[in-house]
Amino acid sequence: MKHLLFAAGVLCATEAVAETPVLTVYTYDSFVSDWGPGPSVEKAFEEVCSCDLQFVGAGDGAALLARLKLEGARTKADVVLGLDTSLTAQAAETGLFAEHGQSPVVDVPNPFGEPGTWSDQHFLPYDWGFLAFVHDKTKLAEPPKSFEELAASETKIVIQDPRSSTPGLGLMLWVKALYGDKAGDMWGALADNIVTVTPGWSEAYGLFLEGEADMVLSYTTSPDYHRIAEEDDSKAAALFDRHYMQIEVAGKLAGTDQPELADRFLQFMLSDAFQGIIPTTNWMYPAVTPSTGMPEGFASPLGQEQAVLLPPEDVPGMRDQALAEWRAALSQ
Amino acid sequence: MARGAFAITKGRFFGWVAAFVVATLLLGPVVAVFVHADSINDELTGEWATVRFTLVQAILSAFLSVALAIPVARALARRRFVGRGVLITLLGAPFILPVIVAVLGLLAVFGRGGVLNSALGWAGVEPISIYGLQGVVLAHVFFNLPLATRIILQGWQGIPGERFRLAASLDMAPRDVFRTLEWPMLWSVLPGAAMVIFALCLSSFAVALTLGGGPRATTIELAIYQAFRFDFDLGRAAMLALLQLVLAGGAAALALWVAVPMGFGAGLDRVVRRWESDGATVRVLDGGVIVLAALFLILPLTMVVLSGLAGLAKMPAAVYSAAGVSVLIALMSTCVTMVLALGLAQRAEIWGYLGLAISPMVVGTGLFLLINPVADPMALALPVIVMVNALMALPFSVRVLGPELRAIETDFGRLADALGMAGWARMRWLYLPRLRRPMGFSAGLAAALSMGDLGVVTLFAATDWATLPLQMYRLMGAYRMEAAAGAGLLLLALSLLLFWFFDRGGRVDVDA
Repeated sequence: MKHLLFAAGVLCATEAVAETPVLTVYTYDSFVSDWGPGPSVEKAFEEVCSCDLQFVGAGDGAALLARLKLEGARTKADVVLGLDTSLTAQAAETGLFAEHGQSPVVDVPNPFGEPGTWSDQHFLPYDWGFLAFVHDKTKLAEPPKSFEELAASETKIVIQDPRSSTPGLGLMLWVKALYGDKAGDMWGALADNIVTVTPGWSEAYGLFLEGEADMVLSYTTSPDYHRIAEEDDSKAAALFDRHYMQIEVAGKLAGTDQPELADRFLQFMLSDAFQGIIPTTNWMYPAVTPSTGMPEGFASPLGQEQAVLLPPEDVPGMRDQALAEWRAALSQ
Repeated sequence: MARGAFAITKGRFFGWVAAFVVATLLLGPVVAVFVHADSINDELTGEWATVRFTLVQAILSAFLSVALAIPVARALARRRFVGRGVLITLLGAPFILPVIVAVLGLLAVFGRGGVLNSALGWAGVEPISIYGLQGVVLAHVFFNLPLATRIILQGWQGIPGERFRLAASLDMAPRDVFRTLEWPMLWSVLPGAAMVIFALCLSSFAVALTLGGGPRATTIELAIYQAFRFDFDLGRAAMLALLQLVLAGGAAALALWVAVPMGFGAGLDRVVRRWESDGATVRVLDGGVIVLAALFLILPLTMVVLSGLAGLAKMPAAVYSAAGVSVLIALMSTCVTMVLALGLAQRAEIWGYLGLAISPMVVGTGLFLLINPVADPMALALPVIVMVNALMALPFSVRVLGPELRAIETDFGRLADALGMAGWARMRWLYLPRLRRPMGFSAGLAAALSMGDLGVVTLFAATDWATLPLQMYRLMGAYRMEAAAGAGLLLLALSLLLFWFFDRGGRVDVDA
C-alpha cells in the first residue's frame, strides 16, 4: 500500500522540501486563485517566517468546515482561513480549534459589542464586507431594491448553497433575519428567479460573468474590482434597505504540529503586510485599515444602520430550521 | 484423468475466489450502510424531493432517448450513405467519453453564451438555460441516445430482409410495414432499452453535480456527496445510500427481467433494401434525422477540441500530475477488472453484474464508514478508487468475456480435458490466446471508464492531489474555463488513447 501512495506522492510532487517547516492553511478556492490574495500573502509571509506557507483550496467557506470534520484530528491543516461568524459557533463546538490568545484592536464594525474590540477566543477576523446582488448596469438598468421587488420581477439570479458556501449561508440568514417565520414564503417567491444554486462563490460569479444570469449574490465591493482592476464601470451592486454583513475569520487547529508558526501567521494576518493586500485582491474591507489607507476608488462601507448580522451564538439554533425552509421552498 | 479432474476443480476455485472477492467488496459496504443509516422514517420526508427528481429525470431521459432513437435507428437501418459505418462506430463513443468532458462540450453548445443560444438570440428568441432538469436530461440524452439507437438498430437489422421483400411484393404501404414488421420488433426491443437507460440515469452523479442546481435538481447520488462534503453527516449519507440501493437495485433487476429476446426467424444476412420507403419525402426526412443526430453528437465534441486546443497552454502543473494519477489508477483498476472478470466468466458470471445494482456512491459511502474508525480514509484513497472503478467496469467485461469463454469451452473443452490441460495451463494455452481480442476490447473499456470517472474520488480525494476529471471539475469551479477546456481535451485524448492501446493490443499479431 505504501508504495502506491508513494507513487501518487511523487506524481503530485507536493512534499518536496523537508528541511523548512511547512505551514498548511486551508482556505476557500478564490483566495488561492491567481488573482486572489493567496500568491501575494504567501510571498510576503515567507519573506519573514523562513518557512513554506502552503495554501490549500478546499471549496467554499462552509465546505471548509465539513472538510475539517471529515478529516477530524487527522487533518494536515495548521490554520483554517475563510470561515465567517455564521460558522464560528459550530466550528468551535467541534473542539478542533485552539484559542488564539490574542486581543487585537480591529476596525471591524461590531454590532454585538464595543467598536474596535474582538471577543471571539478561537477566531480572528481578517476582512469584512456586505452581501449584495451584483448586476451589469448596461443590461439591467433598474435593479430591484428589495427581496420583494426581486421576487416580483423576472430578474434571474445565481446564488450559492448555504451548506457549502459562506455567502450562500449569509443570504439564507439575511432572509431569515428580515422575514423570520415568513422566510420560507420569501424563498418560495424567489424560487422562480433562481437560475441555479452553485456550491461556491467562484462558480456563481463565473456563471454571472458568462451571462447565465442577470444578478449574482456577491458583495457590495465586487463592482470595485471591475472598476479598479479592469477599468470596467458596468457592474453595480443593487442596494436594498439592509444588507447582511460578513466577517471572515481564521483560526488555529488544536492539533497543529506548528503551533508557534500558526500563531505567527495569525499575528501576521492582522499586520499591514497582509491587510494591505486584502482590498485589491479579496475585494473586501480589511479588518485593520492598513497605514497606507484604502486604495483610491474603493467605495466606502455602508453605515451600520444598513447592516444585518446575527450573533454567532444564535446561528446554530436557527440554521437547521432556516435550511429546512430553504430546501423545501427551492425543491418545489 | 485424476490430475485433470483435480485441476478443473482448481479452475473452478479461481472463479469462486473472484466471486467471493467481488461479493465482499460490494456487499460489505452495503452492510456498513445498513448499520449506520439514520432512522428512515424521520429523514425520508426531507428527501422526498430528491427521490422525486431522481425518478423524474431518469424517466424523462429514458423516454426521450428511446423516442428520439427510433427515427434515427430507422433512418440508419434503411439508408446507405458514405460515412454510415463511421457514424455507427461513433455512436459507441459516448460510452467511453468522460462525462465531465461531455458536459463541457454541451455547455459550449447549449449554454447561455453557447452556439445554440447565440443562434436563438439572432432569431430574437429568449435564451434557454442548461441548468436544472432540462440540462440534466439533455446530457443524459446525449449519452444514451446513441446507446438506444444501437440497440434499436440491432432490432431493425434482426428483421430478415426477406420480410421486407415479401411486404414489397404485397404492395404494402410504409404504414402497413410499420404495423406488421416494425412495430412488433420495436415492442420487443423498446422496453429493455428504456429500462437499461432508466437504470443508468438513476445513478447519475457527475451530470447532476455539474448541471443540476440546488435542491431542485439533486439526484440521490449527488445528495450522498452533499451529505459528505457539505454537512459531513454520515448517518444521512448512509440513509441516502440505502434509498439508492433500493431504487437502483430494483431498476437493475427490472432491466434484466424486461429484456426479453425476440424471434423473427433467420434470414440471409445482407443489407436490406426497403422498397416501401423509396419515396423522396421519406428520403429527405431520413437524411434530416441523420444529420441532426450526427450534429447533436459531433458538435459538442468539436467544441471541446477547439476550446481545448486554446486552453492547453494555460493549464497549471497540477493538471499534468492529475493526469499521471488518473493513468496510474486506470491501469491498476484495469488489471483488477481483468483478473476478476476472467475468474467470474469461468464459473460465476452472475456475480459480475452485481456492480450494476450497487452504485459507486453507495460503495464509496460504505467503504468510508468501514475505514474511518480504523484508518484515515484519505490515505487509502488510491486503492479505494482503483477498486471501485474496477468493480464498476466488471459488468461490461464479464458481459464481453462470458460468452466467448463458453464458446471456447464448447469447442475445445473436451480436447483440453483429454490433454489434461487445466488450471494455469488451460488459462495460458487455451483461454488467453483465444480471448485476446475480447480481452483487449474489455480492458480498453475498463481503462477508459476508469480514466473518465468522476464519482467516489470526490468523497475520498485529499486537497493536495486529484484525478484528472476532479482537477478539471475544480478548475471549472474556480472559473478557470480555459484551463478546464485544456484539461478536458487532455482527458479526452488519454481516455481514447488508453482504449485504443488495449483494444489494438488485443488485435495485433494474433497467433492463435
